Amino acid sequence: MSAAALAEVAPPPPQAGAAEAVHARLRGVTRVYPGRAGGPEVHALGPIDMDLRQGEFFSVVGPSGCGKSTLLDVLSGLAPPTEGSVEFEGARIAGQVPDGVGVVFQEDASFPWLSVEDNVAFGLRREGVDAAETRRRVDFALGFMGLRDFRRAYPSQLSGGMRQRVCIARTLVMQPRLILLDEPFGALDQQTRLLMGDELLRLWRETGATVMLITHALDEANLLSDRIGVMSARPGRFIEIVETGWDRARDSSLAERPEFGAVTSRLWTRLRGESLRALGQGAQAEAAR
Amino acid sequence: MSPAAILRTVVLAGAVAALEIACRTGAIPPTMVVAPSTMLVGAVEALDDPEFWRHFGVTVEAVAIAMSIAIVGGFCTGFMLTRIPPLRRAVSPFLASYYSIPHLAFYPLLIVIFGLGRAPLIVLATLFAMVAMILATMAGLDRVPPVLARTARIHRLSLLSEIWQVRLPAAAPHILSGLKLAVAYSFIGVIAGEFIMSTEGIGHEIAYAYDNFNNRRMYALILIVLALVTTFNMTVFAWERRMLKRRGL
Amino acid sequence: MTVAAEPAAPGARPLTAALGALRGPALVTLAVLVMWQLAHELAGDVAITAPAPTLAHLVEMIGQARFLPHLAETAMAFGQALLIAWMGGVLIGLCLGGSRLAGEAAEPVLVTLYSIPKVTLYPVILLLFGLGMQAKVAFGAFHGIIPVALFTLNAVRNIPAVQIRTARALRLSPAQRARHVLLPAALPEVFAGLRLGFSLTLLGSMLGELFASQRGLGFLLMKAIDLHDVETILAIAVLISVFAVAANMGLLAIDRRLRRGAAPAGHGA
Repeated sequence: MSAAALAEVAPPPPQAGAAEAVHARLRGVTRVYPGRAGGPEVHALGPIDMDLRQGEFFSVVGPSGCGKSTLLDVLSGLAPPTEGSVEFEGARIAGQVPDGVGVVFQEDASFPWLSVEDNVAFGLRREGVDAAETRRRVDFALGFMGLRDFRRAYPSQLSGGMRQRVCIARTLVMQPRLILLDEPFGALDQQTRLLMGDELLRLWRETGATVMLITHALDEANLLSDRIGVMSARPGRFIEIVETGWDRARDSSLAERPEFGAVTSRLWTRLRGESLRALGQGAQAEAAR
Repeated sequence: MSPAAILRTVVLAGAVAALEIACRTGAIPPTMVVAPSTMLVGAVEALDDPEFWRHFGVTVEAVAIAMSIAIVGGFCTGFMLTRIPPLRRAVSPFLASYYSIPHLAFYPLLIVIFGLGRAPLIVLATLFAMVAMILATMAGLDRVPPVLARTARIHRLSLLSEIWQVRLPAAAPHILSGLKLAVAYSFIGVIAGEFIMSTEGIGHEIAYAYDNFNNRRMYALILIVLALVTTFNMTVFAWERRMLKRRGL
Repeated sequence: MTVAAEPAAPGARPLTAALGALRGPALVTLAVLVMWQLAHELAGDVAITAPAPTLAHLVEMIGQARFLPHLAETAMAFGQALLIAWMGGVLIGLCLGGSRLAGEAAEPVLVTLYSIPKVTLYPVILLLFGLGMQAKVAFGAFHGIIPVALFTLNAVRNIPAVQIRTARALRLSPAQRARHVLLPAALPEVFAGLRLGFSLTLLGSMLGELFASQRGLGFLLMKAIDLHDVETILAIAVLISVFAVAANMGLLAIDRRLRRGAAPAGHGA
């Protein structure tokens, strides 16, 4: 690899005067899967070097198959890194989910056999939080996510967007310090996405949590984030981390500003080449089958 | 009532009425089929007969035992097999062909081993019903959406908690369908066995009535058995339908 | 960039695949034989005869001239019952599946019929058809026709509505629609019903033979029971089981092929 290319891939130098505490840190993290039935192993991710600052909103964008979801798995403790270290609040995690992490998945993860209320209360009840406190927190989360009127309904009676809100409420109620979201709005229409984006920002501001969002929608990443990590095609590495510099008190009206379009264009410029590579990878995989 | 239910009721009522008329007019001789009204009379007579209740009790007891062992044992076995993949792989082909074998061919063998009595009957019915439960349990646990298991891990549930609080409820619809089959097969196994080779039970009573040309009694008993089995099955079906409805399935 | 793995030598893969597929059944057969031998050790000859002598007895039995008529009788009864069950079941399922009202009305009835112990209706069959071949065929067919009808009904109902709309947009007649759209779309699930119908028809025919006949494998079985001839009981049970399993595996293979999804050649573009 040329020196110039290497410089691209190395993590950005710490900003002068950036005294924010580091909430989570990845160093040299890779994830390799054994190949299927004697085939070659799959380098899904890495090496990744990344610092997640306390309280920031960080988005990850990248072409399909680049390992964004794998990154989330490693960061949340769902999967151990093959190489490298993952630290959360100063402690190393490897394949174990630490306390204080919440995840909202891409697919609908609401439990179909529980009502909305019971879904949201699920984590609290499992941890043995007392009934009064549970009720208080559940009420708050339901109100926050606009689900009060549906507390006794079952997920099957709700739309996709509402079910995602149930999942978010269920995560919220545990008061996580780090919230990871994996394309949570993927199945929703554009209008709902924009509204949910505003809600997510509100959630972020009011809880003060650190948020990492994985998305393939560039304008969504732009709108919501303090920083955006652009990932290369598989094996995914950060080729650039863009600082947006937006105000904390932002909402979807941000899109009207001219600087907004510039950031989105910049993201696409970086991504275009990688996306073509990813497409080619996909075609190769098909041909090899 | 829905249009379908109305249609069904009308057709069935019509069929019964047609049968009644055909029997009464002699178009169908009583040596073949007795009129539905006669069947009912015979049924009422039977229900009055303490001997009937003795046989009924014997049959129901055998079904209950077979059903319980099949459901609990089948569930545990199916669950265990999902946790031990090599064992499951080894046993899979056997399970897949299990229901293609006419089990009753082995019934004589069981009698030879266990002697005449309730044991071979219960063993046969249990074996017949258990595999349906095993297969359904495995299918249900296989089909738990991976995202639900990952949610359990994010909530840092212990393995036991994850299984009890998430995997099992998620698999419940499939497992319940296995339970339905286990119930039906338990009845079939016991009654078929009693019919072929037994000195007690409703199945035996039916065969006995047939041998003695007592058509009225025979049809009455058949009616009662069918009513019993159908009621039981319907209850389980209704329970399943309620569960599925809540989940929007 | 990863290096692609070397392709296997041509012709090697199908053979290894075939052997691999046989490994499971072979292991299971071995396990069954072992358990059989163990059971024999535990229970003794009076209850269970050992595998080797039993199989030898079976081979000897098949060789005997007087065995063949029995085998032929069972085969005839089963064959006829199967034909009725398969064709009748598919026909009923297609008709009911075609009309939403009829399908909805009939399904609970079929499901109920499926779950009742049909053996209780055996005397009725005997009364209606007398003793002999007809009763056997009727009983066997009765067992098989219900699951075939049920599966076919569901298969037709589960055809994606968009395919039916396409057929209508193409202005096909009802017969054309059935043949070129409904049947191919429903075929995999229908076939699953045919498989189940096969096993149940076999069971029903065997049951029918136990009492209604002076000929056939079922009759031989009953005779062996009366004489307490354990070896023959086991031999016949094994014969039937082997046939049932082999046939089921064959049907399963066809089933798997049907589900591969590719439309058969010659159907449209």
